[in-house]
Amino acid sequence: MQIYLPIAEVSVDAFLLFGIGGVVGFLSGMFGVGGGFLITPLLFFIGVPPAVAVATGANQVVASSVSGVLAQLKRKAVDFRMGLVLLAGGMAGSGVGIWVFAWMTSRGQVDLFVQLSYVVFLGLIGAMMLQESLRAFLRSRKPSGPIRRAHVHNWVHGLPLKMKFRASGLYISVIPPLMVGALVGFLAAIMGVGGGFIMVPAMIYLLGVPTKVVIGTSLFQIIFVTAFTTVMHAVTSQTVDMMLALILIFGGVIGAQIGARVGLRLKAEQLRILLSLLVLSVSLRIAADLLIRPDELYSVMPGVMP
Amino acid sequence: MIGRLALALALMAFPVLAQDGGEAPVETIVSGLSQNRVSITADFDGSEILIYGAVKRESPAPEGRVEVIITVEGPSTPLTVRRKDRVWGIWVNNAAVNVDRAPSFYAVATTGPLTEILSATDNLRHGITIDRVIRAVGITAEADASEIFIEAMMRVRTADGRYRLMEGRIQFTEQTLFRADVELPANLTEGIYKVRMFILRGGRVVADQERLIGVRKEGLERLIFAMSQQQPLLYGLLSLVLAALSGWAASAAFRLIR
Repeated sequence: MQIYLPIAEVSVDAFLLFGIGGVVGFLSGMFGVGGGFLITPLLFFIGVPPAVAVATGANQVVASSVSGVLAQLKRKAVDFRMGLVLLAGGMAGSGVGIWVFAWMTSRGQVDLFVQLSYVVFLGLIGAMMLQESLRAFLRSRKPSGPIRRAHVHNWVHGLPLKMKFRASGLYISVIPPLMVGALVGFLAAIMGVGGGFIMVPAMIYLLGVPTKVVIGTSLFQIIFVTAFTTVMHAVTSQTVDMMLALILIFGGVIGAQIGARVGLRLKAEQLRILLSLLVLSVSLRIAADLLIRPDELYSVMPGVMP
Repeated sequence: MIGRLALALALMAFPVLAQDGGEAPVETIVSGLSQNRVSITADFDGSEILIYGAVKRESPAPEGRVEVIITVEGPSTPLTVRRKDRVWGIWVNNAAVNVDRAPSFYAVATTGPLTEILSATDNLRHGITIDRVIRAVGITAEADASEIFIEAMMRVRTADGRYRLMEGRIQFTEQTLFRADVELPANLTEGIYKVRMFILRGGRVVADQERLIGVRKEGLERLIFAMSQQQPLLYGLLSLVLAALSGWAASAAFRLIR
């Protein structure tokens, strides 16, 4: 069934869109990532103009994150206090990020900048997570191995302004979460995504938040970051396609519910191995685009350059 | 090569021009379109328009063959053509050329090969082939060879189905009745589409006519598009509310199922 998208001005198969929304929503509910880093390239692939894909992707992520958070909320797996601290840092970081993005746009190299950030950050995080989770997985297979604690005390715990995060079972300074939030907000604004794939490992490895709480908390702050992005895009460039968003959302919210339930059945290590493989494969796919000679060297874009 | 051929054709056409010059047109066009408006609705998946007509003659037909060319032109927009180059081992957008105005859709249907039935001078005068229509005036000289960029743009858009050359695709009966079916793609740009019909003798245009087709979003498509343009903040917030609501609804629905 073909459907015409009023803002993207293309006609696409509604079931295909529904499927894309569903798959991304499923991953979102399972891993606590918004899915922006997946949905945007997928939309490019089916012929939606890049600007519309980025803006509408953000809108879709709002819906799947709301659905995901509600599913996690029942399990009391959302640390609101941690979420708000991360969000405060995130807003500051995203403000700086938007400014840098505008500066890069004026230099005419924003596409390359975005692609390189994808390759570098997705590649680094994917590789780190894969290595760590494989090690943890192998250790869990060998019961004789040394027992590792959930997190080790290090310099992070010597910082002032300590705060109790009950849901996470942590008593740490607010400075590290604020900094993590700011870094994620900055990268999110530049890469046009919610930042879950950075937030999740940062919370696990840098802050020592338990994996079960990480997903809900990450989704909670993603809602606000992507809501902000959606409205910004709608106002500045009118590139949010409501029709496209609604179909993606319809698939996405259903996928997120199923994903959240499947996620419960998997072990934390398995979940992390899967997420890291997914992140790595997206990174490799984008790297291949940069390295392999394209069939058509020329591209046609509407409008004149700034 | 083509240029030289066109020049030869132009020279051949010249005596005919001198002979008929100044007289009232012997042949005119009577034409019609299957539809003069195209509505883009939610289930829009391209459209086909039928262009038909006849060559009207007051007196017996002059000697020689009559040829017909029909063009359909979509609204023009400014464009940027970019070229990827290998810089430090990776392929990046490097050089770019701005095109002031290029049609979003352009189809040329003819009764025979364009180079044989149309002279270069008349192509220049009436702007029939696509390269004549694209006005690349005032190109930003960031790349040294803008001609290559224009060619690349035509190649990309031809591959997209936006630019089409349909040689010999006009049905022409008894040198009088003609019809052509032009398919409009699903990725249409809104605006006024111009249909031009030309009758040619010996490479020279002897009569032409223009008709317009309005392409417009309708219904829900119109509503969404207009709102995004006129009330962007409200539109953005509404998108958010819809997203949040559907997220909640799905969660509630699954709770009911459980």
